[in-house]
Amino acid sequence: MIAGLYRPGTSAVHRTRASAKLVALAVFGTVLLSLPSLWPGLIGIGLVGLGYVVARLPARSAFAQIRPALFVLAILFLAQLWLEGLAPAAILVLRFAALILAAGLVTLTTRAADMVAAIERLLAPLSHLGIDAGKVSLAISLAIRFIPAVAAVVEEVREAQIARGRSSSTLALAVPVIVRLLKMADAVAEAIDARS
Amino acid sequence: MPDDAAPPTIAIRHAAVERSGRTVLSDLDVTLSERRIGVIGANGSGKSTFARLLNGLILPSAGAVSVDGLDTKRQAKEVRRRVGFLFQNPDNQIVYPTVGEDLAFGLKGRVPKAEIPPLVDATLTRFGLAGFGDRLAHELSGGERQMVALAGVMIMEPSWLVLDEPTTLLDLRNTRRVMAAVAALPQNVVLVTHDLALLDDFDRVLVVDEGRIVCDAAPAAAIAAYRRIVG
Repeated sequence: MIAGLYRPGTSAVHRTRASAKLVALAVFGTVLLSLPSLWPGLIGIGLVGLGYVVARLPARSAFAQIRPALFVLAILFLAQLWLEGLAPAAILVLRFAALILAAGLVTLTTRAADMVAAIERLLAPLSHLGIDAGKVSLAISLAIRFIPAVAAVVEEVREAQIARGRSSSTLALAVPVIVRLLKMADAVAEAIDARS
Repeated sequence: MPDDAAPPTIAIRHAAVERSGRTVLSDLDVTLSERRIGVIGANGSGKSTFARLLNGLILPSAGAVSVDGLDTKRQAKEVRRRVGFLFQNPDNQIVYPTVGEDLAFGLKGRVPKAEIPPLVDATLTRFGLAGFGDRLAHELSGGERQMVALAGVMIMEPSWLVLDEPTTLLDLRNTRRVMAAVAALPQNVVLVTHDLALLDDFDRVLVVDEGRIVCDAAPAAAIAAYRRIVG
């Protein structure tokens, strides 16, 4: 759900309400996980693939959604293969792949502001439990916004470490990244205060 | 109560700021009402703290700061609506993934929903960003991002704009672009900067040194005083 970010478009998928897409995603995931056979996963991937076609998104956009998860999916597949056999391993991986692709489709075709507004509406009834839907939705939009910013910080620090001959040190990478991210968090909080 | 008929005025009365037991600013007693005010000083002199004092991001430990009659301690929200703030790094100021969404951020709940898209479009056009509404902020150049951050502040129509070293991360072309946009603003501007050339046309320049305003004069005299201080 995080690799893509919104790609502008006018397709039917783009025009569908954000809340409808989020509910459909929840239903899709629930159905997919509750049916213990290979076919739901295959049909699910087919449906999501159709969604990408209708949304006029290129195949590389779909691949970009699944690529970061390939390593984890491979480990899951091998673990399940060893523990349960080929069919359960295939079912598990197909389910996750379909879910990741579906979440990516929703992200790619929904403006963050619309998604956040939909989440805010869906969470509104929880205000009786003391949950501030506005704050939750702002946190979600910030998370989406700062994924590339955090990636840029990691890359900058990594390059600086390589330049100083410490290319393989996880600690040398983690400490300055965490320090910079904490400073960035302070600055962002200050900027939100200034704009609110 | 603010007097909207009176010219915009920021009044700092006997203000001091302490942070972690250290005095960052002291003996501040100054009234700001000119349209273009510059603030200069060495690193760590207290310039940025001074800037944050003006819109209530930092509150005085002693004394008071008021904007158009509104006290920054007691009326912080109203003060922040009147004083827009542009930070050095636009990456920390842009909170939504796309440009249009970010401009709409401050309007939410204050402007009817239907009025937001045309207002966003008009503001983008005004700041030379027409067609940028759907662009991803992280894919823009540094200069474009700073213009987006400026547009995000100005869409709220503050009466003051405080800028904290807004051109430090920009090249000459983008520095000129941002400063041309700032020069065209009808609002009162307080610019904190190390780029002394930006202050040529300003009405007044304050020099901050070791937490105090040590010179308050026209640009030429203030810059000369600053040069003497830094040696």
